[in-house]
Amino acid sequence: MREKIIIGLAIFAAGLLAWNMNTIFTGLPDELNQGAIYRIIYFHVPANILGMLGFGLGMFLSIGYLVTKDLRYDALAASVTEVALVYASIGLATGSIWARIIWGVWWAWDVRLTSWLVCWLIFGGYLMLRRAVDEPNQRARFAAVVSVLGSVNAYISYKSIEWWNTQHPQPVLSIRNGGGMAAGMEAPIWWNLLALACFSTILVMVRMRQESFAREIDTLRRMAHAQ
Amino acid sequence: MFLRQVWTITAKDLHSELRTKDAWNASIAFSVVILLLFSFAFDPSSDQVREFSGGLLWMTYAFAGALVLNRSFAREMQNDCLDALIASPVSSAALFVGKALANFALLFAVELVSLPVFVLFYNLQWGAAQVGPMLLVLMLGTWALTVIGTLFSALTVNLRLRELMLPTLVYPMMIPALIAAITVTTNVLAGNPPGLGIRLLAAFDIIFTLLAVVFVDTVLVG
Amino acid sequence: MNALEIADVWKYYGDFPALRAVALNIEPGSTLALLGRNGAGKTTLLRIIAGLSRPSRGSVMIQGADARQQSTRQRIGILGHGIALYDELSAIENLTLFGRLYSLPDPRKRAEEMLERVGLARVRDGLAREFSRGMRQRLAVGRAFLHDPEVLLLDEPFTALDDRAITVLQSMIQSMRERGRTIIMSTHQLREALELASHVALLQRGQIVHTGERTQQMLEDTGWLYRTYGEN
Repeated sequence: MREKIIIGLAIFAAGLLAWNMNTIFTGLPDELNQGAIYRIIYFHVPANILGMLGFGLGMFLSIGYLVTKDLRYDALAASVTEVALVYASIGLATGSIWARIIWGVWWAWDVRLTSWLVCWLIFGGYLMLRRAVDEPNQRARFAAVVSVLGSVNAYISYKSIEWWNTQHPQPVLSIRNGGGMAAGMEAPIWWNLLALACFSTILVMVRMRQESFAREIDTLRRMAHAQ
Repeated sequence: MFLRQVWTITAKDLHSELRTKDAWNASIAFSVVILLLFSFAFDPSSDQVREFSGGLLWMTYAFAGALVLNRSFAREMQNDCLDALIASPVSSAALFVGKALANFALLFAVELVSLPVFVLFYNLQWGAAQVGPMLLVLMLGTWALTVIGTLFSALTVNLRLRELMLPTLVYPMMIPALIAAITVTTNVLAGNPPGLGIRLLAAFDIIFTLLAVVFVDTVLVG
Repeated sequence: MNALEIADVWKYYGDFPALRAVALNIEPGSTLALLGRNGAGKTTLLRIIAGLSRPSRGSVMIQGADARQQSTRQRIGILGHGIALYDELSAIENLTLFGRLYSLPDPRKRAEEMLERVGLARVRDGLAREFSRGMRQRLAVGRAFLHDPEVLLLDEPFTALDDRAITVLQSMIQSMRERGRTIIMSTHQLREALELASHVALLQRGQIVHTGERTQQMLEDTGWLYRTYGEN
């Protein structure tokens, strides 16, 4: 059943993505100011949205673990956060490429880019921490605390960098085109979001299965050593 | 009762540290060396350098502070002292606050000692009006570093990769506080009013002190 | 009211049960020898009783109150594998510190009395790191008994003690028993433990397989217990 869901989602998402890519590359004209590169927005925005949702969801699942002490919450929190980190990486990379093409710089101290990087560092640390702890309950506890503190911190980082940006001269224009996009240009963002969301669901499911196996192996190992 | 316990822990940590001076010596030496290196790297006489004077100072404090903060719970691992503390009637919150206060005192002392060195190397003009705001930002910023560092010291104390995990986890979390502290310090050193950064620091301090006190028991007691 | 009531305690490491449905009732004034092979779960159980970790399931009540409560921890003394003393502090400083942590009325005076009791009065100002191993262990015993606990938890206390330390420990345990205190001792050293014990409990793979009074037969034939209830 599980495999059927995964394959079904994969086919649906791949199909949707293919159709969407077709629209993006052949159906839409180039953007007025930016030329062809603006198309990167169709991955940049969905990836960032999914990343943010993932980290937020991870925080609530972590609280769920702390309250119930059920390791499945922890497995789901870890899976969701890990997938979110992948999407955050995509978001950062696409943002950087876009900045290079448009502004000529690989990096800018724009509030979004900078605070997103801080978020990435925090949750990268979360994953490193998970690898550093052997015992599953202890790992879950520590990871949950870092997830909650990290999420709060990520939000405060965003606010403080936003404030900090007003202290310094603005180096570049804002990424957003302000106002709405031309009709037809916005829709592909949401279709891509759906496709990527399906992929992320698949990744989370695969990761959850890995976590479940890892727990089983850990238990067997402890049983073997207890003989 | 709570305050008495906090005071006992703070006094114990400070007493131990003054006896051995391990972290103190390392921290002072490190911060002076870093300031010296920075003054080679960034010519102190140029005006542009004044713009990132706050940054240089707080980078120095953050790195030197890590030496103190890492020791905080690590010193309890010898002879299994941490177990004895957790099993004692002292609450986890009191243990945390006591250690945080001791770390704060140590860090603040290191900062006060290295600040004149900084003023010297960078030929900064000091006015009486700047002392107050400077002390304020030092205290608020140092408490931010301390609170995060002490909590994560407790979290990483049992891990095999403690020396690696502590900076990895702690530095990203310190960024909002460092941003505010750096901006305010640069303002104060330039003779300008400190700005809203003070409020941001205060908010950061309050939020994370509360979160730390709430979570420290979960971290210490399995 | 029982000194200790352990009800249906489970402790999981991941999904592996290190303790399974552990139940024990210990009356005040008894001395329990907690026996079991390495890895049976003795230390895990003691740590839970001491409030150092929480059970995954079940409850531990000490004199009717939860193990983690402050008032309960006031009444428990622990002596584990580490000596739990600060190397850079002197003997008197160490004991005074713990006196303060346990809110004793006159910590310093009590510390001095205890140093006298364990035979370290002459080196009261010596740093703990300068002491010999036996002296450190005697100081640790002093720390554990300092606040006159009503329930004492000892994790393999006779392991690696020198003769003088053993004598001190035995006499302090004896005086506690005379005053009706409760002692729980996990151990390999069957001889010393069984001599002092009034009750025994045998832990095997996280489960209590036998609990009851310490009999003369156990004392005379120390392997009997393991043979009867053990696996091989």
